[in-house]
Amino acid sequence: MKETQYIFSPDNLVASEPNKFDASKLKSEEMIINLGPQHPSTHGVLRLEVLSDGEIIKDVVPHIGYLHRCFEKHAESLPFNQIIPFVDRMDYLAAMNSEHAYAMGVERMLGITNQIPKRVEYIRVLVAELNRIASHLIAVGTFGLDLGAFTPFFWIMRDREHILRLLEWASGARMLYNYIWVGGLFYDVPVGFEKRCREFITYFKPKVIELEQLLVDNKIFIDRTANIGVLPLNLAINSGATGPMLRGSGLRFDLRKVDGYSVYPELDFDIPIGEGKMGATGDCWDRTWVRVREIHESLHIMQQCIDKLEGEHKRTREFDPQALVPKKIRPQAQEIYVRAENPKGELGFYFRTDGKSDIPFRCKVRACSFVNLSILPELCKGVLIADLIAILGSIDIVLGEVDR
Amino acid sequence: MKGLLDQQFENGGVIITKVDDLLNWSRLSSLFPMTFGLACCAIEFMSTGSTVYDMDRFGMVPRATPRQSDVMIVSGTVTFKMADRIKQLYEQMAEPRYVISMGSCSNCGGPYWQHGYHVVKGVDRIVPVDVYVPGCPPRPEALIGGILKLHEKIRNESRMKPTALENLIDRNG
Amino acid sequence: MIAMDNARLIELVRSVAGTAEEVKNTTPLSLSIDASALILVCEQLHKNPETYFDMLTCVTGVDNGPEANTMEVIYQLYSIPFNHSLMLKVILPRENPEIESVTSIWKSADWLEREVFDMFGIVFKNHPDLRRILMPADWNGYPLRKDYKHEETYRGIKID
Repeated sequence: MKETQYIFSPDNLVASEPNKFDASKLKSEEMIINLGPQHPSTHGVLRLEVLSDGEIIKDVVPHIGYLHRCFEKHAESLPFNQIIPFVDRMDYLAAMNSEHAYAMGVERMLGITNQIPKRVEYIRVLVAELNRIASHLIAVGTFGLDLGAFTPFFWIMRDREHILRLLEWASGARMLYNYIWVGGLFYDVPVGFEKRCREFITYFKPKVIELEQLLVDNKIFIDRTANIGVLPLNLAINSGATGPMLRGSGLRFDLRKVDGYSVYPELDFDIPIGEGKMGATGDCWDRTWVRVREIHESLHIMQQCIDKLEGEHKRTREFDPQALVPKKIRPQAQEIYVRAENPKGELGFYFRTDGKSDIPFRCKVRACSFVNLSILPELCKGVLIADLIAILGSIDIVLGEVDR
Repeated sequence: MKGLLDQQFENGGVIITKVDDLLNWSRLSSLFPMTFGLACCAIEFMSTGSTVYDMDRFGMVPRATPRQSDVMIVSGTVTFKMADRIKQLYEQMAEPRYVISMGSCSNCGGPYWQHGYHVVKGVDRIVPVDVYVPGCPPRPEALIGGILKLHEKIRNESRMKPTALENLIDRNG
Repeated sequence: MIAMDNARLIELVRSVAGTAEEVKNTTPLSLSIDASALILVCEQLHKNPETYFDMLTCVTGVDNGPEANTMEVIYQLYSIPFNHSLMLKVILPRENPEIESVTSIWKSADWLEREVFDMFGIVFKNHPDLRRILMPADWNGYPLRKDYKHEETYRGIKID
């Protein structure tokens, strides 16, 4: 075996990520508990430093950066089309949505947004909604797992396998696709894909209702999540919360309707919001309920996309999804901020190009989970440690996006 | 084909085997992995543990604490901030312990090898690795293939062979 | 509700900040203001009932390189009632860049500004808790600067 290179020293851990609270300055009843970067929950490498009075939390300090993979440095060194695999790996549960946002941004810079064929746009929306369902399934299932409900987790894994197999059939990979390219797609969807999607929708609709009955309408789940982690609407807007966190607090704000990008203006769907059915508006139960309702809406959108793909925009022999993919992507000198609705919130890209090279001068990612996670300390004042786990699960973070 | 126990118990409840084989068989049949998911590969690890590609049939039950686990499946990108913690967790595992490096990020730095200033180019710079599973992310079947390869490696171990001379030669090149 | 049109918005910002230049070729509208006028402009844009920019979505740091010798901080503002976006740009010198923090107006600036500090070294005055957020606390250097060179090893492990 190779020799390892690590040099040990006793204060390595404290030097690289010191605690915010000093153990020697605490009152006698307080203690600092460390929910370390390795933990049995499924969210990833997040470290929570909890200052607690027994079981009641006084303050929570999230420490992040354990998965910082230097996306923005890579984006300053690679051409626009080669950055797409890195965009995938940020929010790895909803890779198609992230790619869609990025491709949309670069196309707006090039000015070719109106020339993209409608069939390409409908396929993009179809796979993005499939991936939205997959992401919300993981959110709901792992939330149940954190609270101790094992069965819904295995149910979502079983159903998510169907989605992953569909996407593998279309793009070649199960999770990180590199499918939505700037100006088109990598391949067209295979023959028979629309039929399989229809079968999936008919198979899946009763399963979502079953999941809802088992987990979301469950008395134990309601007791654990209602009135916990209530996010008032003005705090949500001021803290920059977007996605189901904002909609769970009662604001009907969805970028697919507000901005109307891609072909979403031609599709008919509702925006569910939290109404405080089981407790206060904006508690953990509302956010989970919003996510399950959004799964239903995504199925409805998929149905309409498949109708269009089998009807008006049928596949033809001459259709080439790579027809508009530019060989050299060299936008003019400009700055642009583009945003799209990821399953977890608003994913924004800020591009600055200098017009002289195919490499962006600056590419900044406004990650939804990063801003959503910053609200955690506000939500957790005075709750029990078990409630902290519930609140963290309802925010639905993915560390690849928080740390980029 | 009958399993090991069924074959051996035909002769009136007496098994004759080597101590090595018995120890190795018992170790590889119940490898407890530590729940150590870092990034995207962790999701494929979770898929391997769930119903479709069951990991439980190999006797692998994820344990949260390193003190009770046998194998650490490093799934995901290893960063410098996380390097200290990985070393500490590895030291906290009790022998015999094994490490499976899952995915190209922990094999060699993965797609971040060129400009990743915060990415450790391979977890084998921190802990000694037994099996490398390639892929980005590796399919659950590939991970199961890696686990079976680890089984092969464990099957060939021996506690009885004198190893002091071998260790001396290894250490001094 | 109808959003203010660009000309009136530039007038409003100019009346508070003194000078406000429109940056060319940007989507959405971007205004370049002085660092000293930042807090006044942000308070006005946040409270004025005709603009009401209630969400700060993104704070970006940009390093223009050692030749141009400037750094920029760009704020993305969004108004939910008016569905109106605006970018504010502040240009800072590359040596010891400092700027006021807007955490007193929008809470989302807390972590966003910490990240800009971590990656570029721009100090935000009056920030409640300015420390590194993504990199280890004992890392040397600010990674996203154009002239950043990483060290050879960290904890003995080769960085390359």
